[in-house]
Order: sequence, then C-alpha cells, then structure tokens
Amino acid sequence: MKSVILRKGANMAMTGLMLAAALAVLVPLVLIFVHIIKMGLSSISLDFFTQIPKPTGETGGGMANGMAGSAVMIALASIIGLPIGIFGAIYLSEYGGSRISTVIRFAADVLAGIPSIITGMVAYTLLVVPMKGFSALAGAVALAMIMIPIILRTTEEQLKMVPGSLREASLALGVPLWRTSLKVTLRSAMTGVMTGVLLAIARVAGETAPLLFTALGNQFWSSKLTAPMAAMPLQIFNFAISPYEDWHRLAWAGALVLVTIMFALSLSARYFGRSRQKN
Amino acid sequence: MQNKVKLEQLNVHFGATHAVKDVSMDFFENSVTAIIGPSGCGKSTVLRAINRMHDLVPSARVTGRILLDDKDIYDKVADPVSIRRRVGMVFQKPNPFPAMSIYDNVIAGYKLNGRVNRSEADEVVESSLKRVALWDEVKDRLKGNSMELSGGQQQRLCIARTIAVKPEVILMDEPASALDPISTLKIEELIEELKEKYTIIIVTHNMQQAARVSDHTAFFYLGELVEAGETRKIFTTPDKKQTEDYITGRFG
Ligand SMILES: Nc1ncnc2c1ncn2[C@@H]1O[C@H](COP(=O)(O)OP(=O)(O)OP(=O)(O)O)[C@@H](O)[C@H]1O
Ligand SMILES: [Mg+2]
Repeated sequence: MKSVILRKGANMAMTGLMLAAALAVLVPLVLIFVHIIKMGLSSISLDFFTQIPKPTGETGGGMANGMAGSAVMIALASIIGLPIGIFGAIYLSEYGGSRISTVIRFAADVLAGIPSIITGMVAYTLLVVPMKGFSALAGAVALAMIMIPIILRTTEEQLKMVPGSLREASLALGVPLWRTSLKVTLRSAMTGVMTGVLLAIARVAGETAPLLFTALGNQFWSSKLTAPMAAMPLQIFNFAISPYEDWHRLAWAGALVLVTIMFALSLSARYFGRSRQKN
Repeated sequence: MQNKVKLEQLNVHFGATHAVKDVSMDFFENSVTAIIGPSGCGKSTVLRAINRMHDLVPSARVTGRILLDDKDIYDKVADPVSIRRRVGMVFQKPNPFPAMSIYDNVIAGYKLNGRVNRSEADEVVESSLKRVALWDEVKDRLKGNSMELSGGQQQRLCIARTIAVKPEVILMDEPASALDPISTLKIEELIEELKEKYTIIIVTHNMQQAARVSDHTAFFYLGELVEAGETRKIFTTPDKKQTEDYITGRFG
C-alpha cells in the first residue's frame, strides 16, 4: 500500500518537474517580448519609419534607412541564394545519389553551423579587401552564404516528399528530366519550399555579425550597392552601445520592429506549412 | 504480322538481384500482348525497360537489346526522351498531375515540353478525351480539378494524356487493378479500340482480363519467360506444364 502511494507521489513529482522544464522554454521568449514591448513601444512613431538617425545631440529621428538597407540586402541575398539553394537541392534530390551528393550535404550542414561572424570575416577578405571598401554587396553575399544551406536542405527534403509516380508520369510523356524537375517536382513542392525560404529570410533578417565587416552601416540614405549601407541590426547595435539615452530608445524601438517582422515571417512560414499539409 | 518491339536477351539487375533473365520475345503492331505471372516475377521490370524508365534507378543495370522498329533503344546514341515520346506508359495507380486541371492534364505532354499551340490544344484535348470515352463526362468541367474525378475517370484521363502525345506503343502496368468492375470494363473496351492504332503491352494479374483483351500472352516466372504465344493457344493448349498450372490457378 505504502509503495503505491510512494509511486504515485513520485509520478506526480516527476510530471510537475517536466512540465516546469517545458514551461521554462517559454520564459526567455516571453521575457524578450515583454521587455522589448515595454522599452520600445513608446518610441515607435511615424518618424521612426520615415526619418534617418539625427546627428548626435539632437533628439528624434528614425531608422528608415536601416529598414530600407536591410530590405535591399535581404533581397539581393535572396537573388543570390535562392537559385543556388533551390537548383542545388534539385541536383541532390533528383540527380544525385553519387558520392558528391553526400559530400555536398555534409558541407551544407557544416556551413549552416558556422558562426555568422566567421562568414562575415570571410566575406570581408574575399570582397571588401579586393573591392577596397565596405559595401552592401559584400553584406548581401555574407547573408546569402547563411541562407544557402538552409534553403538547400529544406528544399531537398520537400522535393524528396513528392511522390515518385508524378515524376514517372511526366518522364513517360517524354518530358526531359530537367523540365520534369522544374515543372512537376519543384512545382508540387512549392509551398514547402516557400516555407524554407521564409525561415531562411527570418534567420538572416536579424543577423548583425556578418554585416559588421561588410555593409558596415551608414548614417545616411544610400542606394549604391558598392558603398556602405545601413541595416537594422547594425543600427540597433550602434545605438545600443552609444552613451545617449535617446539613441537607446531608438534601439529598443528597432528591436521591437525587427522581432515583429521575424515573428510575422515565422508565422507565415507556419501558415504555408499548414496549407500544404491540408492538400 | 509486323513486329514493333523485340526483346533480345534482355537482362535487368538491381544491385545483386537478377530480376529479368535472358528474355527474348516479340511484340506485334496493332495487337495487345498481355504479360502474366506471379508477383515479383519481373513483369513491371520488363515493361519499364521498354521506355527506359530504369534510367532513373541508380542500382538498375539493363543489358541485351530492345529493338523498337529494328533500332536498339539502349544504343549509345539513342535518346531516352524521344524513345519515351514514342513509347507511352500508363501506371497501376492513376497519377494525374494534382496541381493541373483536367484540360491541362490531357495536354500535359505538350505543356510541360513548352510547345502548346492554343487552337491545336483544344483539338487534341477533345479528341483524346473522346477516344477514352471521357469527353461527355467532363466536357462541362475541363477547368476543374483532376483530383475530383473518380478513380476510373482518373485512369482514363491518364490514358488520354498518354495518347495525346501520339505514341506508337502504349505500356500499361495493371491499369485496372485499382478500379471497380464497371471502370475496368470501360478500360478493357478502350484497349480493344486503341489497338487499331497502337501496339499495346499490358501487365495484368487477372487471367480473365488477359484472355479477354489480348491477342498474345507471355507468361513469366522468377524473371524468366516461360512461354509466349497467341492468347488462345496459351489459355487452351500451353506447351509448358508451369503455364497451365498458373492459368488454372493451381499455383501462384
Ligand atoms: N527499384 C528496384 N530496386 C530493387 N529491386 C527491384 C526494383 N524494382 C523491382 N525490383 C525487384 O525485381 C523483381 C521483379 O519486380 P517487378 O516489380 O518487376 O515484379 P512484378 O512481376 O511486376 O510484380 P507485381 O506483380 O507484384 O507487380 C523483384 O524481386 C523486385 O524486388
Ligand atoms: Mg508490377
């Protein structure tokens, strides 16, 4: 009798412990959100989205150039990273099977695990030094290097889930393999592929380290890809380490906007994933 | 009778598995040949060799020759894509393209190859669907989703898609095994009609079906061709005891 009570007690204790551990996962996220909203919300105004940072000493200003810069560099990184990631995945999934595929898969996994500051350093050596200057282009390349392995692996997984019978149906009609891969296989996997792309974009949207040595940041508007360009994470970083109270507030507002964007990206990635499962 | 496809000492290996062993036989123009035999005897493997479907399987190795109009389709200079345009295939499970409408499915062979001509397309879709006796059932919803059709309609749609590209040979791997008796009957009638224009090779597990639709029958066992000949002869006076036992259901 006693042992039963003991066993039930132990069971309850362990259940409680594991529930607590599971809930603890939520704590950092909630802390981050609450804190950012508390600190940032009051500084968000129309100016924040339309103005560039004011010179030191003046109050007000915004991060419009940083947001535009981030958008430009992410778009450029996607232009570089999407074709490489997606075509590479098609090779691995539809043509691969040889030794080289295994090597590429392993390399992509290693690349995905490399700290982003190192990616930035490599982009610095390969692009900034020879081009004799920091540039948005170098920043975009660094971001693309982070995006590629994510897109490659998620796309490959999605392509593998497309039933073989569809490929065979297309091939049996005398459609070449490359057209079959693009128009039948990739097309069937499109929603899943989009999910991976959104997650990759969400991942690089907040990257600061690789931009430090590449895009550098810019106080002003700049549309030149070969010149330093502002980016949201860089502005948040610079404002946060500055000694000015006003800039700190801008940094929090920037953090709030950035986290909201990433949250929205993750949500839409989930939505894409869902709608795929339904059909 | 003109022979259209000729197998000469065809062997297919999958890694260490020897799935088809030294098979030589003929398939005749404007006739239906049924391939029968117990599960795993290599029927699908033979069929898929005839339009080079094994090219995509890294472990598969095909040796021997397959002559299509006296030209070896495994010759080094032979192009698998143009061979597949001449040798179409209908699969066991209906597999319409789910993202495409009924109309687009029929025209898929042109569309996926990027050469559709609008007015020609309408014409091809209508005549192909009429040939498979599906036109009246779907003519009011050509833009509708192909996945909303019944299994039997989907299979006829797949056959329409195959004949739309005007092949010379049609391979069918148990095309009716997933269908109800009425749909099966329709497919069988269709085969009967199609043979006027095409050379048809059909794999089936159903003896009555083989007897009903085919002119020639080939019996396979454990990767080997046991016996091939006119269906009437194979079903009444086969040369081999094994064939007789299988047809009468005494083993399997
Ligand atoms: N892709 C493959 N990889 C490895 N082995 C295979 C492959 N396809 C077929 N085989 C093997 O080849 C042999 C013949 O298979 P096949 O599918 O041709 O049989 P089948 O006569 O069509 O059988 P069923 O009536 O069940 O469809 C089997 O032993 C099978 O395991
Ligand atoms: Mg089979």
